[in-house]
Amino acid sequence: MEYIIELDKVTKRFGGITALNKASLKVTKGEVVGLIGDNGAGKSTLIKTLVGVYSPDEGNILIRGKKVNAWNALKARESGIETVFQDRALTPQQSIVKNIFMGKELRYPFGFIKEKEQIFEANRLIREIGFTSKLINAESPVGNLSGGERQGVAIARAIYNKAELIVLDEPTNNLSLNETQKVFDFVLNVKKSNRSVLFIGHNIYHVYDISDRFVILDRGEVVHQINKNDISTPEELMKIMRDTIRTH
Amino acid sequence: MSNNNSYLSNYFHRNGRALGSIGYFVLLMVIFLIGAPEAWIRPNLHQSVFVMMPTLIFLTIPLVFLVASGEIDLSFASTYAVAAYVFALLVKNGVDPAICFVLGVFTGAAIGALVGTLIVVFRLSSLVASLGVLFLLRGVILLLTNSRSITIMEVENHWIYPLLVGNFYGFPMQIFWAAIFVIFCYYFFNKHVFGIHIQHVGDNSVSAEQMGINVNAVKIKAFMFVGIGSAIGGIFTTMITYTFFPTQGFGYLLLALAAVFVGGTPYWGGLGTIIGAVFGVGIIAYMEIGIIAIGWSGEWRQFFNGLIILLALLGHRLHGERVR
Repeated sequence: MEYIIELDKVTKRFGGITALNKASLKVTKGEVVGLIGDNGAGKSTLIKTLVGVYSPDEGNILIRGKKVNAWNALKARESGIETVFQDRALTPQQSIVKNIFMGKELRYPFGFIKEKEQIFEANRLIREIGFTSKLINAESPVGNLSGGERQGVAIARAIYNKAELIVLDEPTNNLSLNETQKVFDFVLNVKKSNRSVLFIGHNIYHVYDISDRFVILDRGEVVHQINKNDISTPEELMKIMRDTIRTH
Repeated sequence: MSNNNSYLSNYFHRNGRALGSIGYFVLLMVIFLIGAPEAWIRPNLHQSVFVMMPTLIFLTIPLVFLVASGEIDLSFASTYAVAAYVFALLVKNGVDPAICFVLGVFTGAAIGALVGTLIVVFRLSSLVASLGVLFLLRGVILLLTNSRSITIMEVENHWIYPLLVGNFYGFPMQIFWAAIFVIFCYYFFNKHVFGIHIQHVGDNSVSAEQMGINVNAVKIKAFMFVGIGSAIGGIFTTMITYTFFPTQGFGYLLLALAAVFVGGTPYWGGLGTIIGAVFGVGIIAYMEIGIIAIGWSGEWRQFFNGLIILLALLGHRLHGERVR
């Protein structure tokens, strides 16, 4: 079986605190993995290490079976991993189009930017993700958008780059029911096209609904993994999570 | 109709600050024209402005890049002198002035890279650290030269002199070089990956980093660009006057900074305007020279410089606060 990405016994420390302790995680093509755990379990550190924002102190990262060195955010994106960060990773004074193409601009030779093509693509994307207001177009500044719309821009970025793995860090935080449903639709679409999603959430019901597999994290360690087929309700998942953490 | 509205509001978002600074420039011209029409139609007034403007442009425009990246540099006023010193010293020692020019600009870039690396790697405050470098480099120059100036009459007979600072049908050549520099910088800032990354980094460096932009490299390059601009400005001035002065550049420190902010680039990073800065330079240069031209004493100059900075800031306030 081919894994898109593999974390192999990854450890990350901040000063004296071990935020990740020999954590291992694999993501296969076409699956939705739900990462759950209490506050401070290390979910964010795991994600940020996985997508290259942090570099691991120990352990290996493998992309499609090959070990990579000097892992960073640019390499992660070039390997087909896109992330919708918890804080959305936007620059609010810049336009929607600049944000969608941030770090991966469409370029002519010598680094000049294909501005018209970017604007055309950005307008297509924001219609695709359901921006209906005529007051908003690709050149509107992100700072004027609502929380849900900002999330939409972050998602549009991941859609455009046709990532093989999309990491969603707390994507339903502060969203309305309607907006949450849009995020779910997006995840299902990604799965349908045989790509993968890593979904991190506080809300166990949200995670339960869309994931194929659950990874439970506690105090920086991956303590349990379970397939959705093996359980039948979110309450059961919650109970398993509580029991594993208590005995860990 | 609503599409029109969004077009207009986006246009204003992108160009409002530049338009504001053009507005202040026009207003200043009108005031001078009404206040002293006879001084205003004399061409020598505008000629003196044209001599001053290119130097200020070489200093101010790169600062727009740096301020937009969320940093500031005061050391440029000393880099200006160090690069000119390297140029003058080498010319004096018989090196071909064209090579001296290249080495002088290279010196500016190297100083910028060092200052930028120092600030980025050790996470220093760019305001305080560059203030330190400003004094340090000036001290080095004064010690090396024993506070003596260097005269380089020999550049006049070299082809580089008419090409860079000669006279073209009554216009000083540096005006054309400054214009080319402005056009280049406009595209570099607005249509090139370098400028776009600078805006992302200055807007939210955490987001930029998460999207794979090398924030430190972008900032160091911005410092280097300021070093290059200062070096060009310093060498041009030295060629125009045939003299290197150990104190040269100090007078431009506050004027260039004023031109950046009067030009509409906000101090908080993420935004900047090249066109606005050109008019900012115009406002500062005309204030410096215009006050004298209309027959007021030089003492008024600083007063009006201060007034215009405050009025410009209040005006740019209309473009709103920083969005987050």
